[in-house]
Amino acid sequence: MRKPTRPAIYGVMAEFDNPTDVVAATRRAYEDGYRRIDAYSPYPIEALSEAVGPHKERLPLIVLIGGIIGLIGGYAMQYYVAVWNYPLNVGGKPLHSWPAFIPITFETTVLGAAMAAIFGMLALNGLPEPYHPVFNVPNFALASRDRFFLVIEARDPKFDRDATTGFLRSLGAQEVADVEH
Amino acid sequence: MSAEAATETTYNAPSSVGQLGGRALVAGIIALVLCVVGAFVNPAGFWRAYLVGYVFWTGVSVGSLAIIMLHHLSGGGWGVVIRRPLEAAARTLPVMAILFLPIAFAIFTHRLYPWTLPEEQDVEIIKHKALYLNIPFFLARTVFYFAMWYMLSYFLSKWSLQQDATVDPRERRSLKDKLQNLSGPGILLFGLTVTFAAVDWVMSLEPEWFSTIYGLLIMVGWGLTALAFAIVTTVILSRDERLEHVYQPRHFHDHGKLLLAFVMLWAYFSFSQFLIIWSGNLPEEIPWYMRRLFGGWGYVAVAIVVLHFALPFVLLLSRERKRRARALVIVALLVLVMRVVDLFWTIAPSVLAMPRHGGAEAAGYGGGMADVVAYALNFITPIAIGGFWLWWYARELASRPLLPLGDEGLENALEQADGHH
Repeated sequence: MRKPTRPAIYGVMAEFDNPTDVVAATRRAYEDGYRRIDAYSPYPIEALSEAVGPHKERLPLIVLIGGIIGLIGGYAMQYYVAVWNYPLNVGGKPLHSWPAFIPITFETTVLGAAMAAIFGMLALNGLPEPYHPVFNVPNFALASRDRFFLVIEARDPKFDRDATTGFLRSLGAQEVADVEH
Repeated sequence: MSAEAATETTYNAPSSVGQLGGRALVAGIIALVLCVVGAFVNPAGFWRAYLVGYVFWTGVSVGSLAIIMLHHLSGGGWGVVIRRPLEAAARTLPVMAILFLPIAFAIFTHRLYPWTLPEEQDVEIIKHKALYLNIPFFLARTVFYFAMWYMLSYFLSKWSLQQDATVDPRERRSLKDKLQNLSGPGILLFGLTVTFAAVDWVMSLEPEWFSTIYGLLIMVGWGLTALAFAIVTTVILSRDERLEHVYQPRHFHDHGKLLLAFVMLWAYFSFSQFLIIWSGNLPEEIPWYMRRLFGGWGYVAVAIVVLHFALPFVLLLSRERKRRARALVIVALLVLVMRVVDLFWTIAPSVLAMPRHGGAEAAGYGGGMADVVAYALNFITPIAIGGFWLWWYARELASRPLLPLGDEGLENALEQADGHH
């Protein structure tokens, strides 16, 4: 059962055969007031991700927190083992010999940060995602080869099926197609 | 100049470079006068202070060589935009060769290295090391290091300039091959010569002590110094409106990332040396750290950990700070100052290792005013040597286009990231 508020289609997709056009078109779409837009490219284009609009990156903070947890956790683990759980006299050195703890602490910091980076990235991207409507457009398979795509979602307040399709055509798209749900 | 014929655009140094060189020379001469005064007040303290300044500035020259060769081997826009400043820095080697003469004088007059002292010749461990640590061989090695470094800087600069004047792509390619073929073995030569130079010039201040990671420690310190110096140069150059578009945020971003990597590598090597010697706790090794961790030197050690590693590390984590020239240059300047402090901490306490000769007192640290002079000298000599170094550097920098016009990566390096302009 479809919810009544749900638009009839997911959005419209414009296809470009070169990176310059898709960047220019994305900028135009943003300048024109569209906000729920996304672009697809076979390889990363820095200018393209900027053109889609400003987005706050939350991943760095997650990685920092992961690193700090690894740092504290690694040091605490060694402190617990060396001082409380299994105290050993090593060369007459104090039980809490911090220089010896540093290498492991460094490793657990890297581990924590790396784990946070991988899983944080997956979570923020909403991955794994088994279904996405953009794949309903047959040509979209070329997004991993040599084509570039710009999608304006129907959820965008400014979206109008005919007007948006016409707008995308005016930006020099090779083809403009509806994206079914 | 032949370069102008090759392309329409020229990137000549702005006139401010010459002015800065002139000002540096004036500052250097003033500092030199202070050094001479200081050398009369505290002759024994002067020589170690001179070594601090000498090792610091030699590091900018030789470290620049290493970064040029790294760039020839790995490529990338980050290196294209700093290649000419690095080449100019490497061409200051003759200045450093001349400035070695005072050290040679100190060696002949037995003022700097304990193993040159006549009364040390009977000490068992010095006798065993005499085959390596003797004055003629020491000086011959130093001549060899400079010959090798000069050879590298000569060809890296010469072929780079020839590339500018070449329009034929095949010839450009063959010059690039030459530069790469020299850089591979050159890096190896750099590693070996710097290792031996570190042992000779710095480690032999305490001939009874040894550390096998010492060469790497000086090597990464020099690379760090050279990179921080190149960043300062590009930030100054980027204030010129003709050059604004050359040095872009993405280049500074790469330089910042490299700076972070070098800071971490330096910390890694420094800590490795400390951890091993601390764990071993052997009587022939641990005194080196005891001299540098107790008393006032302990505060210097903590300052180095905080300001040479922790603070630059945290500051360089931020992406925006790496991309903004004005923010990055502050970190680079901090690193440069801390390089001097680190060398000060490494070199100056070596006097404490000479109890047979009256220890610190005989070496110029007897307390009172003479002490203050000795400590101050450690920071005045880098300015004195730096004045002459920078003056020569400014001349070398202005003598050629600021960008390698014949580098096939130049177009990519200058392309604006957003496709505009």
